[in-house]
Amino acid sequence: MYDLNELKDKIAVIGVGNTKYGNFPEIDDYGLAAHAFRNAVNDCGIDKNKVDGLLVSRIPYYARMGEVLGINPRWTITLPGHGRMSGMGIIEAAAAIASGQCDYAALLYANIGRSRRVNYGGDESPGTWDPWGFTSPGAAHAMAFRRHMEMYGTTTRQLAEVSVSIRYHACLNPDAVMRNPITIEDHESARFITAPLRLLDYCLINDGAVCLILTSKERAKDFAKPPVLISGWGAQDTYSPSSIANFDMDFWYPAISAAGKQAYEMAGVTHKDVDALMCYDNFSPTVLFSLEGLGFCGQGESGAFVEDGALSLGGRLPVNTDGGHLSNSYMQGWALNVEAVRQLRGECGARQIPDCEVVQYVQSTPCTRSIIYTRG
Amino acid sequence: MTYNKPLPRLDTLNKPFWAAAKEGKLLLQHCPSCGDTRFPPGPVCPKCLAGDQDWIEASGKGTLESWIDMHRAYWDGFKDDLPYRVCLVRLEEGPVVVSNLTDKTENLRMGAPVKVMFDAVSEDLTLPKFSLV
Repeated sequence: MYDLNELKDKIAVIGVGNTKYGNFPEIDDYGLAAHAFRNAVNDCGIDKNKVDGLLVSRIPYYARMGEVLGINPRWTITLPGHGRMSGMGIIEAAAAIASGQCDYAALLYANIGRSRRVNYGGDESPGTWDPWGFTSPGAAHAMAFRRHMEMYGTTTRQLAEVSVSIRYHACLNPDAVMRNPITIEDHESARFITAPLRLLDYCLINDGAVCLILTSKERAKDFAKPPVLISGWGAQDTYSPSSIANFDMDFWYPAISAAGKQAYEMAGVTHKDVDALMCYDNFSPTVLFSLEGLGFCGQGESGAFVEDGALSLGGRLPVNTDGGHLSNSYMQGWALNVEAVRQLRGECGARQIPDCEVVQYVQSTPCTRSIIYTRG
Repeated sequence: MTYNKPLPRLDTLNKPFWAAAKEGKLLLQHCPSCGDTRFPPGPVCPKCLAGDQDWIEASGKGTLESWIDMHRAYWDGFKDDLPYRVCLVRLEEGPVVVSNLTDKTENLRMGAPVKVMFDAVSEDLTLPKFSLV
């Protein structure tokens, strides 16, 4: 049996690809995923018939996906279309490669929520509290952020810093959906969806697909681009209260701390070594909760930490340099992992972080995961 | 006029809760083995896994843990109520539940004492809601 820490730097991301992001009613899940797969194959130059591992998320049927791509893997796994599945999927694929269950894993995610008019609330996601009108992940995050305001004095102007910095990054990303700059005042005057959260605290809903191709560090040397190594990861689930979905009384602080500690220990780095944070930003408060849990600031101090553009390129800690879910694309964590790879390769153009060596991904959710990537 | 907001999804476990609400009682599922209490109910006690769970009547007293104002109606039945207030209450017995806060004031604080009230929203449905004490 392995000690988890022995898997440090053993697995690499060799290829990444994505579709355009937007509203594509003329193409289905499989079509979007196929385009992302082709882009990832072209990115690394792999013979697609070598792909012997297939992971699909938010794609209806893994076997049809394999048929569409013309591959017959020896390792297949399906994950549901929950955002938290991206971190889980990458870790599962790394473990599958490390244990010899496959050599080259293609991880595919497609979302057609925009053209299908998905609402993420109401009868689409029935829950215990529907009779009281409590529904949607956004409402759960509003409930958490109100607690944060009450407990620590955090303000909505501080919260606005998250959306403003991430939008600034989207403006530097030619592929991002939202490319008009916003200010703190724009945030404060946007309409409420679930007070205290406003429109600009909510992620986008758009169509698109993402693909990552993983293999071992040894095999990674044979491909077109310098490999990016998976240096560490950590995990902690929090399943109560699941009847209040997407909510934790403690802002997932214990889980984020545990997952972060595990990831840092495995990678042999600390939060001080992190050049950029790719942070699951389904709603802007999640970024604050993540910063506290990972120790970038003390518990309750994230409001002050993010002030004055601290999360922008050139600031104290650049977060979501592609524009994140709030302004680039709602790819439920997958695109953030792609951005981590591109930053470490130095492919990010106007939004490139100079001398980028360590990038951390975190998803603060009922299934909290963190992954640390480094240059190979 | 027919009631057009979402109804509770009745199942074998939660029927006693909704029947009691009609009688003006707030119930919590209770474990006779270890004393754990909760809502929504489960098939076994999540603390000790005992199977035979019963119900106790809650005092209806609690404290406000958080609140939000819904400005979007995910069901048409809520359109005329916008914005409406949803609260998170920690009951005296321990469990945290979601409900509506009947008070419209902006002058709220976390930890404020609240008490249950029963809103007969239709002939068949009574919703336990909370008010500031």
